[in-house]
Formats: sequence, structure tokens, C-alpha cells
Amino acid sequence: MRFLRRFLTRAANFTARRRGDQRLREEMEEHLALQTAENLRAGMPPAEARRQAVLRFGAVEAIREEYHDEQSLPLIANLLQDAHYALRVLAKSPGFAAVAILTMALGIGATTAIFSVVDATLLHPLSYPQPEQLVRIEDDLPGVGARDVGMSVPEWKDLQRSGIFEYVSPLGGGSVNLTGSSQPARIVFLTVAPNYLALLGVKPELGRWFDPADQTPGFTLEVVISDGLWKGAFGGDPHILGRSLRLDNDLYRVIGVMPAGFHDPGRTPQQRNTELWAAAGFADAPAPTPLRNARFLPEGVARLKPGLTIAAAQSHLDALVASLQKQFPDDYPPQSAWAVRLVPLKESVVGNVRQSLMLLLGAVGLVLLIGCVNVANLLLARASARGREMAVRQALGAARKRLVRQLLTESLLLSLLGGMAGLAILFSTRGFLLQLVPESLPLLNDISINWTVMLFALAASVVAGAIFGLAPTLQTGRLDLTHMLKLQGRGSKGPAEQTHTRRLLVVTEFALSVVLMIAAGLLLHSFWDLYKVRPGFNSQHVMAVQLWLPVPNDPKTDIYGSSAQEAPFLRELLSRGRSLPGVKEVALGSNASIPLDHDRNLSPLILEGRDMQSRQPPVVERSDVSPDYFHVLEIPLLRGRLFSDLDNEKGPQVAVINEAMARTYWPNGDPLGKRLRVNPAKPSWITVVGVIADARTESLAEASVPQIYLDVYQTTARDLVVFLRGQLDTGAIPGEVRAQVQSVNPELPVFGARTLDDALSASLSERRFSMEMVALFALTALLLAGLGIYGTISYVVSERTREIGIRLALGAQTGEILGMVLRQGLALAIGGAAVGLVGALIASRLMAGLLYGVRPTDPLTFVGVTLVLTAVALAACYIPARRAMRVDPLVALRYE
Amino acid sequence: MLPVGNQNGDAMKQRTDVRQGTLALMVLRTLDVLGPLHAYGIARRIEQISGDVLAVNQGTLYPVLLKLEQEGAIASEWGASENNRRARFYRLTRAGHKLLQTETREWEQTAAIIARFFDVKAEDLP
Repeated sequence: MRFLRRFLTRAANFTARRRGDQRLREEMEEHLALQTAENLRAGMPPAEARRQAVLRFGAVEAIREEYHDEQSLPLIANLLQDAHYALRVLAKSPGFAAVAILTMALGIGATTAIFSVVDATLLHPLSYPQPEQLVRIEDDLPGVGARDVGMSVPEWKDLQRSGIFEYVSPLGGGSVNLTGSSQPARIVFLTVAPNYLALLGVKPELGRWFDPADQTPGFTLEVVISDGLWKGAFGGDPHILGRSLRLDNDLYRVIGVMPAGFHDPGRTPQQRNTELWAAAGFADAPAPTPLRNARFLPEGVARLKPGLTIAAAQSHLDALVASLQKQFPDDYPPQSAWAVRLVPLKESVVGNVRQSLMLLLGAVGLVLLIGCVNVANLLLARASARGREMAVRQALGAARKRLVRQLLTESLLLSLLGGMAGLAILFSTRGFLLQLVPESLPLLNDISINWTVMLFALAASVVAGAIFGLAPTLQTGRLDLTHMLKLQGRGSKGPAEQTHTRRLLVVTEFALSVVLMIAAGLLLHSFWDLYKVRPGFNSQHVMAVQLWLPVPNDPKTDIYGSSAQEAPFLRELLSRGRSLPGVKEVALGSNASIPLDHDRNLSPLILEGRDMQSRQPPVVERSDVSPDYFHVLEIPLLRGRLFSDLDNEKGPQVAVINEAMARTYWPNGDPLGKRLRVNPAKPSWITVVGVIADARTESLAEASVPQIYLDVYQTTARDLVVFLRGQLDTGAIPGEVRAQVQSVNPELPVFGARTLDDALSASLSERRFSMEMVALFALTALLLAGLGIYGTISYVVSERTREIGIRLALGAQTGEILGMVLRQGLALAIGGAAVGLVGALIASRLMAGLLYGVRPTDPLTFVGVTLVLTAVALAACYIPARRAMRVDPLVALRYE
Repeated sequence: MLPVGNQNGDAMKQRTDVRQGTLALMVLRTLDVLGPLHAYGIARRIEQISGDVLAVNQGTLYPVLLKLEQEGAIASEWGASENNRRARFYRLTRAGHKLLQTETREWEQTAAIIARFFDVKAEDLP
């Protein structure tokens, strides 16, 4: 309390610039008068009495100083004085100030921009109450090499009863046809347990959430919708609560609208854009019979009991898993090694962008560092010009500490001004910058310039200022007064030390640039390889348009329930598709057949006559396609045959597989004629009739993923895609397809139209983003390093003008002078490159996970970058070298 | 012999150095005993009581007084001195009373502990 009070009084005095000078003087006067009077009484002569009184009082000036320090805040007063002086000094050299502040503004602005993304995604907890208690539940079967296989209804019930969790909710996602709003629409929805919103702890903006205790076995027929859907499809209808809507023809009632900023904590961008939540008990139609080994609940999230850490919960869970395995040995064969993993929900949302973001932050940090080195270089040049000023001030008695403090104040002022300018730039361009961020980035909407980000910018400015302020300061610390005064008087060569420091700075700059350039080079190389990779299918002139055949909860109302019911619609769709303008070929497929889409459709695989060793069959990517699919995408047939018109709903079931699948499951035999099943519940066998070449339809980075294709006429795929090849008018096609589809069935939404070229390019968007950003940073670094070496070599040349003049006068050839200067620059560049290559080796190993097709030690990139940097260094040195060549010996000598 | 130059120099070294904290405690105690007093009075009183063993530059008192005042332990106002001149009088505030009590207690405890250390002889130790 006392200290606080004292501090506040001092601060108040400081701000009011109140000085108790008058009071102190009066008190001292009185004091001396009293003491003098007493001395007189003791018999001293008057003059001596006064003198003794003064002696007894002590050093008046020191006491006044101490008194004022006590009264106010001397540290801040000095700081302000320094800052004031620094401002005047900077204003006197506006060119220098502008360059330094701009460099810092760019460095700090860019670093802060990347940090704001890191802050929103990696540092911030999810915006739900007690986010640390939210976990994702992932079931693994490490014994058969399967991860995240989902859980079954009995397992879910076990978890809920276990006492470890407050709530557990399975998630089943997808998209669904919404009718009953203005247009039939395809929306992203999530099937959850009735406790889901209570689990997240987010209250709807309007209405209520589901009753967490609801025990309805099937769908509760109540839905909560997103703010976006409410405002979009329902035009912000104020009477939305209680309104009915149809999802795949089933009637549901809206009971709540989520707040505007709410996003589902999903793993995929699609799930994070969920527009509707429907609650279900997962125990009745349309869900299958809840068997223990039927893992049809694809995902699960849970909230831990209060006070339980994830580690503690995991150990309880391991015990539960062990006891279940004992209790149901048939369902959990030991070789599959069933295990349940708890992943922090936050981690499951942002885990896969961590590496890219850290790479970006590291890259931009290096740019900032290089900027600091550049400004340090500028400051050094100024320090040599101001060496005399410093020497004079020191000679006049300024404490060295005080001088250093003043220089640091100057550099801090520079970097703070730079930081402010950077923030201002960031603030005014934030809308534009946000557009550059790929939309798939999780928590994109949370990115903002908040207090943490501002604080970061401040910290970055202070650290940067300290870093570049340090170099010239150290120099001043070592100042040799007489030497400086003498030297600077003649304006000749500065101390050798300074040139050393400058060279060291340039070497540092080059080393940092090499690291950045190599990182960028490797990413570019990876991207280029992926871009140039032959995907194995032809994406040109192909468009994909999606539609969905509804699955009502009651099978009796399902008009597409069997392949016999669905086939006529498919044929109609194909023939109408062919009639569209410009279309040459048409094919149909299920969602999974869209190349490079995120949708995966894994089917269990049971091979005839094979002992699968366990009841956990392997899984394989499955697509349902029409016979023309392979023609449209130009995927070549290797063996056997493709589907024909005879493989229809009446014929025996057949399959086409890709080479990777043939290699995996029949490594030594012929897969043709072999039989398999993809649904454990269906006893009929499917015959393999053909093998096609591998195509990178899952991901451009994966050369061969086992795939099986079934004939779409023999299955009941509801997620349909129309592929159209020809000279298409991409703007008109979606509308034309919609018109054709809706003239057959007006309730069907048509959506997701895109060209395959776009899909191809979209699948690279995240890589492209980080590649472009790092490349941008690397270019900036290169530019700064070039400027740095240019500045230093120019300085060295101007320092040595006299020497060069003498050399020329003594008969040196201009070519030799040129070579001499270039050699000097080259030595710096090579020194920097050597250090940088070591750093790059470390950095590239750290980013190995982001690379494709290149090794972290890719010699082409390493050599190429070194050459480019050397070329830039030579070019930057060439200008001062030319100047050196043109030195007129007469002028140079006379000038001195 | 007449004193020449700064006699404080050598004299200071012989006398015990007084730390600011101790000086503050002395100021508080003086005001506690004698009531409101001007700075000169306080200085003289401290000199008298310490028997000139603690000779401080009287001026050093002023920063200490200011510090105590800014902490709220003492308050000051203008008044008339004994020879009817304007002088600033300092008095203890309620907070100052409390501060004096706690400081005194702490000081006594410290002194007692130190005293016990000096009393202990080698043969007393087990």
C-alpha cells in the first residue's frame, strides 16, 4: 500500500511537472537560519556561525538532486529526454529514418500478420466453456493397421456409463437435401446425440438446444440450424422456431438457431461449416441394429468429468478397454489390438496445419531478423558519422551508460515507430490479406488483430530494436576517445572494428537468406513436382455436378430404395446429360469417384476363400461408377474388361479394380474372375472383371491407393455425380443440369458444380499458399541481403578511395581494382552461404513432412540457391566496384 | 586550530553510517515523542539522542521526510517557528503511527535475535 501510494504521488508529480523547489528552498533557508542562530548562541562569530551551519547541512546540490529524484520518477524523465532528443536526431536525417522505419514496418507487420493467424489457430483455446475438457474419441485397430475406425453403439453406451465423461456424443456427418425453404438446397449437416450442444456448452441464439436426456432411439425430428442457414435459406424468418422443414423428405422441426460466430469444431473444412444439427439415438431405423462390432458411428466427441485431466481419463479408459476385451473376446480379437485414444478437441481441429504455420512464422521471423540486420548496418554507418559527437559528449563527462542508453532509446524509438507503422499497414490491409488465406484453414473466422496480437507486435518491436540497437551500441561502449577525436577530425578511415562488425552483419544476413531461400526452393520444388505429376486421368474439359437422392427415415417412402428403382432415373439422367449443348460424353459416379475430393468412402473387403484371420476385414476405397466413367476420365484398362450395358441391375455383380489393389491382394495371381464382398451383411459375391491403371484420384501426393469400382446400376448410391466432357460453357452447365434434373424430380437439389481442373488446383491450395508465402519472404530476404551487401561494399569503397587512388597512381589496372572489390563482396557472400547451408540443412529436416518428391537435402535446390545468392551479391557489388574503377587518382589524393 | 577545508570528509568515516531506513525510523519515533516539529528540530533531536555518534548531513533528512510524506506516514504544513518565522511542521499521521509500531516490533525482534547470537558461547552449544 505504502509503496503504491508513494509511486502514485510520484507519478502524479511527474505528470504535473510539479517541483517542490520553492518549498525546499524555503525550508532550507529556515533550517540554516535556525542552525546559525544556535551557533551564535554557542558564541561563534556571525560569519563562522553561518559557515558551520552550511557545512553541517551538507552538499546542497546533491540533496536537491536526491529530493527531486524522490519527488518524481527520474528514470522516466531521463527516458523522455532521450526520446525527445532521439526524435530530433531522426528528424534531422529523414532519409535514414524513412528507410529504417519502413524496413521495420514491413518486418514487424508481416511477422504480426502471421502471428495473428497462429494466435487464432494454435494459441487460442476453442471458444467453448472449459475447452480443455473437450476431447475427440478415436478408435484404432493397430493390429490390422487401421486408425480411427469409428465406434459402435454398444461401445458408445459403455463410454457414457464409464464415469469418465460428462457427455459423449457420436457424430455422423454428411450432406442432406433441404426442402421446405425457398429452393431445394444441399446443406451440410451433422447427426449428433441429443447431448451434443450441452456437451459443447454453447447456447443457441434463439430457441433451445436438444434435451440431453432425450432417449428417442431414432431421429428426434428436432433440428438446430446455423445463423447462416437461417438468414440464407429462411431469409431470417422471425418465426423460425417451430417451423417445419424437410430433410430428404422427412419432416423436422426447428427448435433453435445457433449464434452467428458459432462453428462446429470439425476436423474437415466441410464439417466446420455445418449448417444444421439433427439429434438421434442411433439405435433405431435408419441406423442398423446396434451390434458391438458394427462400427458405424464414424466419429465421437466427449466432455470429460470436471477435474479430470486427459492423461487421467486415458488411463481409466485403457482399463475399461481391457475389461471389455475380456468380456467380449469374439468382438475384440487380440490380433486387432483395439484401443481407444483421447485427442484434445483443439488438436483434432488444428493439428494438421501446425507444421505449415510454424514454418511460416519461422520464415517471417527470419525476414524480420534480416531487416534488423539491415537497420543495424545503417545505424553503424551513422554511428561512424556520429562518432565525433559521441566522443565529444563523453569527453565532456557524459557517463558511458548514459550514452548507451541514449543510443538504445534511439533504436527502440525507430523500431517502435516501425512497429506502429507496420500495425497500421496491417490494419488497413487486413481485408485483403484475409482473402489470401486458404478457406480450408481452421478457425479462419477467429483471426483478428486483438490485444495479444498488439502485445506481440510491441514485443517484436522492442526485441527488434534491442537487436539492431546493440551492434552500434557495443561499438560506442568500446570507444577510444583520443583515437576517435583525432580520426574523425580528419574524416578518414573509421576504426577497423566497425568494418568488421559490418562484414559480420552482412554474413549473417546472407546466412539467414540462404536458409529462407532453400526452404522456399524445396517447397517450390515439391509444389512443382506435384503440379507436373501425371495424375493418371485427364482433367481437361471435364465438369462434375453433384446431386443427392434422398434417404427417408422410413424405408417404405423411399422411391430409390433398390437398384431396380434407381436405375431408370440414372438412365434418364445420362440421356438428358448427353443432350446438353457441347457435351460429348457423360458418366455417373458416387461422390467418392470425384478425383481429388476430400470425400473418402472406405468399404470393408472380404475375399472369397481367404481366411481373413480376424473379424476385422481390411478396407478399400470404393466408388460406384457408370461404364463410361473410365472413358470420360481417360483412365486406361490394363487387363480384362470394363463395365458394359449388360452389367445392370439384373445381371450378376461385377467390379473393376485398380492395379494397386491387384498388387496388394493378389501379388502373385490373376485377380480376374476372383470373387469378393464389400458388405459383410450382404451374402452375394462380386466378380472382378477388369484391372485399370493407377490414377492419383485420392491425392496428387499418393501414387497408388488400392481402389475398387462397382457398377452404379448394381448399387444404390445416393450421392451422385454427373461427369460431363466436351467444349462446355462452365457458367451455364450447372443451371442446365439443374433444369434437367428438376424436370425429372423437382425436389432434387443440384450443387457442387466444378471443373476437374479447378478441383486439381484446389487440392493444392494449402501447399500453394505456404509455398507462395515462403517464396515471398525469401525474395524479400534476398532483396534485403542484396541491399546490405551493396551498402557495405559501397562503404568500404568510399573508405578506401584514397588507397585506390594511390594504387591507380602507382599503375594498377582498373580490372584489378574491379576484381579486388568484387572479391571482397564475394568473400562475404560465400562466408554467409556456408553458414546458411548448415542452417538450411537443419531447417529442411524440420520441414520434411511438408515436402513431396524432393529430399530435404535436394542438391539441385542447395546448389541453385547458392548460385543465385552469389549472383545477387556480385551484382550488388558491381555498382560500387565500377565506382572504384573510375576513381580519379588526382582527385582522390587532392581531396584528402 | 581553525578547521580548513571540508572537515566532514574524515569525520564521516569515523562515524557510523546511517542507512535511510534507520533514519526514517528515527524520524517517526522523534515525531511520536515530541509531536509536530520542523525539519531542523528533528535533525537536532536525532543528533542529541544519538550523542553525535550518528552525525548525518542534516540536509539528507529532506529526501527522507519527502519519502515518508509521499508514503502517507507523515503530513506537513506551514506554521510559525519559535522565533516567529515561517517553517514547515511535520506530524505523524495515523498510518505513520501504525508504521512506527510495526517497524519498532520488527526492529526489536531483529535486535533480540542478534543479541542472542552474541550471547551464545561455544560451551553452550550441544
